[in-house]
Amino acid sequence: MALQGTCREINDVAIIDFSGKITLGEGSSTLRRTIKELIDKGHRKIVLNLYDVDYIDSSGIGELVSGYTTVRNAEGELKLLHLTKRVHDLLQITRLFTVFDVQSDEDTALRSFR
Amino acid sequence: MAAKTQRIEITLETLLESVDLAEVIVMRIAEAAGFSEEDIHKMGMAVREGVINAYNYGNQQIRDKKIFMTVELEPDKMIVRVLDQGKGFELTEVPDPLAEENLLRTSGRGLFLMRAFMDEFNVHTAPGGGAELVMVKKLPEPVSGNGS
Repeated sequence: MALQGTCREINDVAIIDFSGKITLGEGSSTLRRTIKELIDKGHRKIVLNLYDVDYIDSSGIGELVSGYTTVRNAEGELKLLHLTKRVHDLLQITRLFTVFDVQSDEDTALRSFR
Repeated sequence: MAAKTQRIEITLETLLESVDLAEVIVMRIAEAAGFSEEDIHKMGMAVREGVINAYNYGNQQIRDKKIFMTVELEPDKMIVRVLDQGKGFELTEVPDPLAEENLLRTSGRGLFLMRAFMDEFNVHTAPGGGAELVMVKKLPEPVSGNGS
């Protein structure tokens, strides 16, 4: 299933609810475009809600890392929310749990922004 | 009578669509061979990464080049080979994606995932010069009954 993202805003935090796959090609491009658009619009507090993303390949992982760096370079913060087990395991074995701020509760994620 | 090895050879175009196609083919063969759902997922993903590697780095997205995938089913394991028409590479020259200084790199995790998801993983340089990725997954032990 192609990646789809729906953006909502709570206070000054942009939350994107994603569903589908983040894989080489369309999925990775959609993620990159979404983050770039948010940054261009001035958002600096971004949550990627991956509740319905059950599949990420190495290209998708690279795009998540790229998004993290893009937001950080813009002096913003990017957090991940509601990881599925497979995505959780993938970030664990690639040691990216030590890079990303991963949250399992939306309210906690919102409160965790500086 | 000893069980025979079954072998399937597939030639893939150097196209993005070949990545999904290879993954689906291997997952179906793995399912038919009796692997668990989790192992099927891992094998599909490993092969996906292998074909991405061939598409992007080996064949450098050059449309005229081909990707050769072979699946062998032996009595106790499944072997998948992905061969590209690039220049080949040495595993020892690939940066470790788990090293602190490489964590923020946006590429270079595919080989690591293949190794993580399969029981054996190796890279050879083929006589023609391309890289051949060899991935092995052992079949689950047959459950022994109480005699029949």
